[in-house]
Amino acid sequence: MSDAKLTTLTAAAARRMLDTRDISAVELTEAHLARIDQLDGDIHAYLHVSGDVARAQAVEADARMATGEVAPLTGIPVALKDILCTTDAPTTAASRILDGFISPYDATVVERLREQGAILLGKTNTDEFAMGSSTENSAFGPTHNPWDTSRVPGGSSGGSAAAVAADEAILSLGSDTGGSIRQPAGFCGVVGLKPTYGRVSRYGLIAFASSLDQIGPFSRSVEDAAIMLGAIAGHDPRDSTSSPRDVPDFTQALRENLRGVRIGIAREYRVEGMEPGVERACQDAIAQLEELGAEIIEVSLPHTEYALATYYITAPAEASANLARFDGVKYGLRLEEPTLAGTYETTRGAGFGPEVKRRIMLGTYALSSGYYDAYYVRAQKTRTLIKRDFDRAFETVDAIVAPTSPTVAFGIGARIDDPYQMYLSDVFTIPANMAGIPGVAVPCGFSDGMPVSLQVLGKAFDEATILGIAHAYEQATTWHERRPGERV
Amino acid sequence: MSLSLADVEHVAALARLGLTDAEKESLREQLSTILEHIAVLNRLDTSEIPPTAQVIALDNVMRDDAVWPSLSQEEVLRNAPGQRDGFIEVRAVLGGSDAEAEA
Repeated sequence: MSDAKLTTLTAAAARRMLDTRDISAVELTEAHLARIDQLDGDIHAYLHVSGDVARAQAVEADARMATGEVAPLTGIPVALKDILCTTDAPTTAASRILDGFISPYDATVVERLREQGAILLGKTNTDEFAMGSSTENSAFGPTHNPWDTSRVPGGSSGGSAAAVAADEAILSLGSDTGGSIRQPAGFCGVVGLKPTYGRVSRYGLIAFASSLDQIGPFSRSVEDAAIMLGAIAGHDPRDSTSSPRDVPDFTQALRENLRGVRIGIAREYRVEGMEPGVERACQDAIAQLEELGAEIIEVSLPHTEYALATYYITAPAEASANLARFDGVKYGLRLEEPTLAGTYETTRGAGFGPEVKRRIMLGTYALSSGYYDAYYVRAQKTRTLIKRDFDRAFETVDAIVAPTSPTVAFGIGARIDDPYQMYLSDVFTIPANMAGIPGVAVPCGFSDGMPVSLQVLGKAFDEATILGIAHAYEQATTWHERRPGERV
Repeated sequence: MSLSLADVEHVAALARLGLTDAEKESLREQLSTILEHIAVLNRLDTSEIPPTAQVIALDNVMRDDAVWPSLSQEEVLRNAPGQRDGFIEVRAVLGGSDAEAEA
């Protein structure tokens, strides 16, 4: 099999070929490293490529497979968003303030991938500290969308989305605080899953907004997302918010038809400014779901219009507290001044980029004396209303579908000077984070030559149902088979 | 909601964030715009609604009060930009202008 074909495999297909010895982990890894070498100058999905580490892991994986002791991801090349701590590669969060930082420990998800014998190819680009919707806020330059390199890949996990779309990794991990997995997955035409808050341990994920952050996979198929979720999910004593619930075999939930499934569509998700091509593709997708046997039911999520404002208080408030630890004392950049306070201010002023400063300022303001009740507490109360909307809707439906984003990927530079316009690209993804529920983004068509994405939202800890729906839809359509470079 | 330059400087001081004059001015404008959009929340009557700080159905997660292996001193110090005799080294905390800044 040629290298070009090896880099287009799904994890499930690669697993079969590794198990039958048609290919080796070393061949698969070398094909990916060659692909990265050839293409990543144009895409810039990676901030760090761990060639030697990956090669050593591939040799180990082949030896392990020879003994017959195989896990689902043994020998599968994976990329990690550079906000996940790793002991054998730098962890930068795409920020100057973590200059030179090598984590003394692995994130729990990284540990679990190592235990499975996955090949860790490297660390992918992101908006600085995962704050952004385009990956343009990286201190190390933007990532380019593989479908059209003049456009953004989405964000914040844009590098992880682009790596899978451009055949530079079979699977990758990102983090989703307000849409940072689902939105870039949609912009890059791949599958992206935000699990339920608490399903996956956040230990070793550099914290942005602790009550919203969740780690999840990017993949080329829904089946692969189910496999990856199975590998990383489950309780971790080092994250007290991780759930002790049992983790089902998510691949068992994949189904071919949707008979007996009740799917909600929310009237509040029809917003002004929605791109007509996106609206059309999503309506066609809903018709397809109905054809597969689903019952489509209109539901109401009346507080949807307040989600964006709620998010832009809650997330910056939590971020301003979390990012206090970057002060030039314990790790990373330090710019020494005559006083300690001066050292803090100069280090943080030089180390953080514009969007991170904006959010620290916004969050500090919302938490400051005299404004705490007016902003932070009010946002927490509105969060209750948003969550209740979903609780009520899920009394009558098993899942809710909506566009992942109101537009396809926009041009690099198009929104960078207008923070609020940038924030609007997450208007459909933010409510799920506020409610803590899972969502999966799946390719559902094209508009203006760029991928469109449908998101399926589910009840807390019911990833099985949304993966089942997304799989049935995917198998009935061919969108996921299109590749960048074969634009329609 | 329009912020003054003094508001921006006050918040920056709380956040220990050094800003240039140009940054202060652009943050003043941008934060004012964002706060205007956020004011949409004032349309809702939330007086009777309890706040939600987190959405998981867990509370008071306890663990055994037991000793287990942790990172070594060497591992923890490896990333510190300044260190001496097994400690992280920083400027004096007490006295001088820091004491004023705390006041």
